[in-house]
Amino acid sequence: MARDMSDKDILKMELEQLQKEVKNTREPVSKTAKEICEWVEAQSAEDPLIKGVPEDKNPFKEKGGCIIT
Amino acid sequence: MCDQTFLAITFGPCDNCSQNKPLMNIYLKNEPINYCSLCVELMACQGLAKGETIHTLKTESETLKAKLEEERAKLHDVELHQVAEKIEALGQFVMKTRRTLKGHGNKVLCMDWCRDKRRIVSSSQDGKVIVWDAYTTNKEHAVTMPCTWVMACAYAPSGCAVACGGLDNKCSVYPLSLDKNENLAAKKKSVAMHTNYLSSCSFTNSDMQILTSSGDGTCALWDVESGQLLQSFHGHSADVLSLNLAPSETGNTFVSGGCDKKANVWDMRSGQNVQSFETHESDINCVKYYPSGDAFATGSDDATCRLYDLRADREVAIYSKESIIFGASSVDFSLSGRLLFAGYNDYTINVWDVLKGTRVAILFGHENRVSTVRVSPDGTAFCSGSWDSTLRIWA
Repeated sequence: MARDMSDKDILKMELEQLQKEVKNTREPVSKTAKEICEWVEAQSAEDPLIKGVPEDKNPFKEKGGCIIT
Repeated sequence: MCDQTFLAITFGPCDNCSQNKPLMNIYLKNEPINYCSLCVELMACQGLAKGETIHTLKTESETLKAKLEEERAKLHDVELHQVAEKIEALGQFVMKTRRTLKGHGNKVLCMDWCRDKRRIVSSSQDGKVIVWDAYTTNKEHAVTMPCTWVMACAYAPSGCAVACGGLDNKCSVYPLSLDKNENLAAKKKSVAMHTNYLSSCSFTNSDMQILTSSGDGTCALWDVESGQLLQSFHGHSADVLSLNLAPSETGNTFVSGGCDKKANVWDMRSGQNVQSFETHESDINCVKYYPSGDAFATGSDDATCRLYDLRADREVAIYSKESIIFGASSVDFSLSGRLLFAGYNDYTINVWDVLKGTRVAILFGHENRVSTVRVSPDGTAFCSGSWDSTLRIWA
């Protein structure tokens, strides 16, 4: 679709989009960044790639053993 | 009938300026007019009205963009990594290749995990789509597509089907049967039809709907059963290379990134583009939502990955290093969102601390470009696919 549009049409599309976006509501970064950090900290405890998984529990760690599914 | 202009020379008073000059007999919209050559030139300049319109559109566009930046900058009171200073730094990372999945004859272009955290579907340049058991490295199913460069593949939420597509401009769904001898290609269902290559596809929360993005610059939502187009999304001005659905709790939106350097956030029900970000300097190869749904990351050919906050409506972090000069082809977050795994065209995978903006590890192992990186659904491992035709599971 985009390939069939003339430059003028593409510009018009972008212009309409920008007009809409200027009206969006925004929050300050200090607030949203803090919330992201808090969310991450809450979840980090459960993140296997961060806290690590004991060798015997991780299905990927040792190859060749018996896996009971 | 189109306007036609014929030129014939006579002498007399000009219709426009009334001076006696050599006249040019011109037909404008089938009306004969006699203008002197000066007036003809003046009139020809009016033809530039179209060019002028493009020019005015461009200037208006630039003014709006500047205003948007201004509004966004007002709320940019602090950097993410400053807020993250108080957070404990991550320890040393030891991640190794635990499994290598060999079997593709050519470049691996895409892969996806099944929700059972164990199965993987991958697709490659030679047209093969393979379903693997990641624990045992066994191949469970293999399908040969009628086209090469299968750039997109996705596992259905139920685990009972896979969708794939590429240069055939279509997205096809193959139901997986437990009977290994059954010919999967026979049950194939063509769902999506685009006018250019399929770059990415994803099931929504059910097996019934698929979201696709294409080189034709659009994204589309399809009903699997009927193949009907439910909604289409227009707004990119070049190929769309990647899309990602918001995590289910946060509602019906998805983000897409493309060759126009833009990342757009869409409302799936209305088809409207709600937010748009254009800070990358080159094609955006991959977009991924943050696990909380309030942000998303992008990987681009400009060798950087960036994090965009949806509520602050701006880019809040750039993950880059001077030593990294190759494009990032694929990104994914760990379960908590603390780590960002990014696969690059220099054959490496870089692991970034999302909050602090620093790199915590580089993973070597692939012998060609890393084309796709995905963390498993339970976060215990991640899988990378590469142009060296192998997939590696890291944990």
